[in-house]
Amino acid sequence: MSEADFAIGIDLGTTHCALSYVDLNAETDGEGGIQGVLQVPQLTAPGTVGELPLLPSFIYLPHETELAAGDLTLPWVEQPGYALGDFARSRGALTPIRMVSSAKSWLSHSGVDRRAGILPHDAPEEVNRISPLQASTRYLEHLKESWNNQFPDKPMDRQDVTITIPASFDPAARELTAEAAELAGFQRANLLEEPQAALYSWIQGSQGEWRKQANPGDIILVVDVGGGTTDLSLIAIIDREGNLEPHRVAVGDHILLGGDNMDLALAHVVGAKLAGQGTQLDPWQLRALTHGCRAAKEVLLGDADQESIPLVVPSRGSRLIGGSIRTELTRDEVRNTILEGFFPQVDAAARPISRPRAGLTQLGLPYAQDAAVTRHLAAFLGRQAQATEELPGFEGRAQGASFLHPTAVLFNGGIFKSSLLSERVMKNLNLWLEAEQAPPARLLSGADLDLAVARGSAYYGKVRLGGGVRIRGGTAQSFYVGIETSMPAVPGLEPPVMALCVAPFGMEEGTEADLPPQEFGLVVGEPVRFRFFESSVRRKDEVGVMLESWLPEELQELGEIEVTLPAEGRSLGEVVPVGLHAAVTETGTLRLEASPVTGEERWKVELDVRQP
Amino acid sequence: MDNQTPSFITRIVLALSVFFRILFDPRFALGVLGLKEGKGPAAVASESTDSKADTSAPPPPPRLKEAGPDAALQLLGLLQQEGRFIDFIEEDVVSYADADIGAAARVVHEGCRKAMREHLTIAEVRSDAEGSRVTLAKGFDATAIRLTGNVVGEPPFTGVVTHKGWRATEVRLPKLSVNHDVTILAPAEVEL
Repeated sequence: MSEADFAIGIDLGTTHCALSYVDLNAETDGEGGIQGVLQVPQLTAPGTVGELPLLPSFIYLPHETELAAGDLTLPWVEQPGYALGDFARSRGALTPIRMVSSAKSWLSHSGVDRRAGILPHDAPEEVNRISPLQASTRYLEHLKESWNNQFPDKPMDRQDVTITIPASFDPAARELTAEAAELAGFQRANLLEEPQAALYSWIQGSQGEWRKQANPGDIILVVDVGGGTTDLSLIAIIDREGNLEPHRVAVGDHILLGGDNMDLALAHVVGAKLAGQGTQLDPWQLRALTHGCRAAKEVLLGDADQESIPLVVPSRGSRLIGGSIRTELTRDEVRNTILEGFFPQVDAAARPISRPRAGLTQLGLPYAQDAAVTRHLAAFLGRQAQATEELPGFEGRAQGASFLHPTAVLFNGGIFKSSLLSERVMKNLNLWLEAEQAPPARLLSGADLDLAVARGSAYYGKVRLGGGVRIRGGTAQSFYVGIETSMPAVPGLEPPVMALCVAPFGMEEGTEADLPPQEFGLVVGEPVRFRFFESSVRRKDEVGVMLESWLPEELQELGEIEVTLPAEGRSLGEVVPVGLHAAVTETGTLRLEASPVTGEERWKVELDVRQP
Repeated sequence: MDNQTPSFITRIVLALSVFFRILFDPRFALGVLGLKEGKGPAAVASESTDSKADTSAPPPPPRLKEAGPDAALQLLGLLQQEGRFIDFIEEDVVSYADADIGAAARVVHEGCRKAMREHLTIAEVRSDAEGSRVTLAKGFDATAIRLTGNVVGEPPFTGVVTHKGWRATEVRLPKLSVNHDVTILAPAEVEL
């Protein structure tokens, strides 16, 4: 790794990707450093290649007659067979059945086979669908080719690459991201959680000033609201022999809720207003309106004096003046929809409302049912009330607290450019804190809301090579394998399941867990499946602990895991006693292996199993 | 129409089309500059005949470079794509109320501005406020600064900035595939 010239950070986002880089040879101190953001060549129209700092995470699979020869040509490939980026998004908006979007959310959806061609989700038969894994691979490939195109002497596979993932990604989604990087031809890429990347970017951007803004004993809440996901993390600052050490203590659930939902909600509000006046919008017009609402929202949330913004839904035909629809978005509409809909003032005891799902739900993405970010935040802090108890310097802090008390907040994501939204979150939080006689939390200033994740991950690459403050903490979950207990069969009753801890909380990269004493009998040549669980609150469970019962919110069930013992040197059907061994790789993925009690062999346990 | 002043609507359309002609046609720009200095149509016309006579007079014909149409068409296509520019200019505005035209102008303004900022960096030629007095030293750039009015004597000249001027400092037009047909400014759309 030492021959790398650049540390490259890739923000592989739900709606956009970005690539930032740090020159490792540049003479800089630990927390400064010159950074660049790659201008990514991409199709902006048929046969037209423009360079933009963001690569929209969309793929368009055109009909064979739809485009002329050469319309998809990129500087590095003549006939890619698909469009990716800006043009894919704009064309796909007109023909959604051929557009792949939100591949990242699908990649983390354990209810589907993520290696199977399932995207676009609602494509007709004749479209050659691709898998969420393939889509992610293509985005990474595109970024790699863009880089190699601009830096032919410094190919990507010789640089130190970091790819960001939501902190809430489960082990299977992490592994799939690492696999996508491998398939895209990255020699090695590290994974970094997005809220951590945001904090790294803030540390770097402060040019050393962060030591004045953060103190030992601080608990920093990172609120990262992206285009499609909301990601929460808690990072404690501990004093390690006189040095400040950020320690990530907890991460939130995977919440599919983001800025795009807000723009869409506004478009529907305006659409309903127009419908009341007798004007019906078609999907194309609704999309144009969503676009207009996004820009208008930013102005109305940012400028207190602006009462309303005129919106024009352009006609689809060439008659622009005669065919366009005039309307407006008012400040009250934005406030009611965004502030009260997505950031309502709630109690610390509030929890997201979950409606019972309808009997026949379409197989789709598990979008958050409650749009209120503040309720998700209250639930997260409530669940993590005890998160810092184990840390040196934090003992006893949580006594009498019904939720974990952050002392500082770092925001990330473009929507927080509106100070109204960040103020509303701060106000919620500080009212909760006041109710429990805790001091108000501070807002950490100076964050780069749009590019922090890409920048922070490039900086992390530099930190890994020994050039700055590193966030510690390891895995934010402990992991369990479900074991069915033997009992007489009772019709209609599932046999009770016990959970065996195989990986404790806080495993650092490049470490292995102890081998649990329990043994399993695996049948040679047959795939054997286990139920798999994680917990973000059981911090003290050690390897080998067997849970007979737990509270529903303590353990979350993940997708099943599977292991197959090859028949080499054994007879099919033979039962071999094995132990389950967990490790966290240098890349940052969880690795589970089965190894026979007698012998040195190891077999990989698949975390991402095809759904039956 | 001869002596009638054009309506507000017609003026919007005129302003937009003239803007681009000024950008791409230096001779036209010269004429407009004359108008702006208050010389009136006749003076401008005679000036342009003069310059015509000048250019055709010298025995070795002056070498004029011909601007390829590709970049102009590409920019026009971008303005249509982002800001519906051609739709707006091609539409007959006479029958519409100013409010309707104003609404459409928002689309055109927002989109064309986005396209322009994305593909061109435009800076002021003079950073002095319009109306302020400036002194031009000997050897000033005559392409970037046009002298008007009482142009006599030797520099340094002192005068008033009537227009601060625009300069394209950077052009970033997207690259085109070899066979791309730039004459299609906007494809026809057929929904299946």
